[in-house]
Amino acid sequence: MPDGSVPVLEVEGLTTVFRTRSGAVHAVNDVSFDLRAGELLGVVGESGSGKSVTMMSLLGLLPRPPAEVRGGRVSFEGADLLTLGEERLRSVRGGRIGIVFQDPMTSLNPVFTVGFQIMEPLRRHLGMTGAQARNRAAGLLELVGIPDAARRLADFPHQFSGGQRQRVMIAIALACEPKVLIADEPTTALDVTIQAQILELVRDLRRKLGMAIVWITHDLGVIAGIADRVMVMYGGQVVEQAPVRALFADPRHPYTRALLGTVPQLRGRRAGRLRTIEGQPPILRAPPASCPFAPRCAHVTERCRRENPRRRPVAPGHDVACHWSPPGAGDGDG
Amino acid sequence: MLTYTLRRLLTAIPTLIFISLVIFLLLEAAPGDPLADQPLTIPPEVREKMRIALGLGEPVWVRYWKWLVQFVWVEPRVVLDGWLGTGFAAGEARIVSWQFRAPVFDIIWQRIPQTLWVVGMAYLVGVLIAIPIGVYSAVRQYSWFDQIGTFVSMLGFSVPTFFSGVLLIVIFAVNLGWFPSIYDTTLRVTDWDSFVRQVRQMALPIAVLALFNASQISRFMRASMLDNLNQDYVRTARAKGLPERRVVLLHVLRNSLIPVVTVVALGVPTIFGGAIITEQVFKVNGLGQLLITAIYANDLPMVQTLTFIFAILIVLFNLIADILYGLLDPRIRYD
Repeated sequence: MPDGSVPVLEVEGLTTVFRTRSGAVHAVNDVSFDLRAGELLGVVGESGSGKSVTMMSLLGLLPRPPAEVRGGRVSFEGADLLTLGEERLRSVRGGRIGIVFQDPMTSLNPVFTVGFQIMEPLRRHLGMTGAQARNRAAGLLELVGIPDAARRLADFPHQFSGGQRQRVMIAIALACEPKVLIADEPTTALDVTIQAQILELVRDLRRKLGMAIVWITHDLGVIAGIADRVMVMYGGQVVEQAPVRALFADPRHPYTRALLGTVPQLRGRRAGRLRTIEGQPPILRAPPASCPFAPRCAHVTERCRRENPRRRPVAPGHDVACHWSPPGAGDGDG
Repeated sequence: MLTYTLRRLLTAIPTLIFISLVIFLLLEAAPGDPLADQPLTIPPEVREKMRIALGLGEPVWVRYWKWLVQFVWVEPRVVLDGWLGTGFAAGEARIVSWQFRAPVFDIIWQRIPQTLWVVGMAYLVGVLIAIPIGVYSAVRQYSWFDQIGTFVSMLGFSVPTFFSGVLLIVIFAVNLGWFPSIYDTTLRVTDWDSFVRQVRQMALPIAVLALFNASQISRFMRASMLDNLNQDYVRTARAKGLPERRVVLLHVLRNSLIPVVTVVALGVPTIFGGAIITEQVFKVNGLGQLLITAIYANDLPMVQTLTFIFAILIVLFNLIADILYGLLDPRIRYD
């Protein structure tokens, strides 16, 4: 397993604010994490927890205005992506870092052939031309499991099914053999059998190509199946981060525990109604001065409303941002 | 696509026959007398003979049938004779204008160049300036460029051409004397000087009409661009690391042009309809002016024929717009 290897992507103190007509929204607050070579990092959280915005921020893919990356450092291949400049950042995007988005039905341009769209990054980043790009595009389509690849290059996106389109999106993201693949809820819009196929494909490609993957999702089942390490986000900040086994076996943050509690059990006695977390994730008008989860937390104390907890280590590779410790938890400074 | 086109062309035939009948009957029902502007001293019996000489003595359906046959059978052969020097239509009766006592189509052929030069050019200029303005306004939404564009196009669209035309004449023809106020149809372009004169006399009417056309089309282009700029595939294009210029001018523009091309194609028949008011203001004797004088003079064959030509063009360009849509959007399949 890739534990202990060098980080390929290091994010420190990333902060993103949206300036809207009704005031600022603090979407990403002081997020730090790293991604090691060949590792699959799962990022989980509810809608609006800042998972996608964090990844879009570090790639410069948010529309500016209204988005504004206020601070932080994103080290990738010896450079800071936030200060790299538009031109060089573009050569990273789609070249060294590939991205797959949520909805494959709308993520491909309807008026260009699939071949054209796969060849675009090849031409741009690798300087390939004509037959060379075409061969590689056919190879990529084959790699992601689309039969009769060479002939299908001339087809338009509407001639592919949803699952196939997501395979095409993956082929585009992998075109230039990126070191990092960011997958933003890539299976959310697909039905479960197709989802399983895509997961299998990604697992397989990761073994073949050895890239590091950031997998954004709100599906804990998916995370349990493929991630090495998990980062839980809430209110635009990282609330817990742990190796996947540790997170599922020993969740420390009340939010993580609540999230795990919402997963319906297949075995054993049926628990009646589905469990939920009451309330809504916050829309932060100011940088959080208290714990953003406090209003929904079952273990809230006076201190949580006064002081936003900092991340503290509780076990090797496991840290949590919470003042509270579950009863019987071994270590940590409480 | 070919079967679709053929099918559409075939179904157009009954449509057009019905339109021609409606036009004919409407004009028949309209009040007015083609001899109204003849002197009152003409005795009634002479007046009656003149009426019969114009063909008005026959029943409506006979006149309709004659006109239809002349339109679809005689006149096309006259055109053919003109091109090939043959004599297919020799000696056959053509549609004759009551006003000019000359074949309607000969007069139309004389008027088409003026209309195409002024109104057609204005349409072309309008489209050519509208598209970049629409694109830039959408990319820089709410910028000062966009705000000014919105204001000017609102102005261009809401100010009638008889006002903007006269305003331009007052400013540029009367006060500044840069351009002539009247379009001289007899001008022949033979050398550089006459070419410059032609351009100068076209400038004002084209400016008026192009402003009007560009106002509409640029709004349409802007709206279409804005629709597409927020699409997911644009984010994909950016995520591939493509330069912004390529993202906008290739990925977004290619999609945004689909509805705009359709609207532009549907607008082409209005060129041939001539800009009636603008042609009047600048004394361009094109098709619009021909139609309006024919209506005043109760020149029914001329009005019928012109109106029916416009109807044919509208049906034809509807078909062209549909075909273009199918060509531009791979998701549309007609077969």
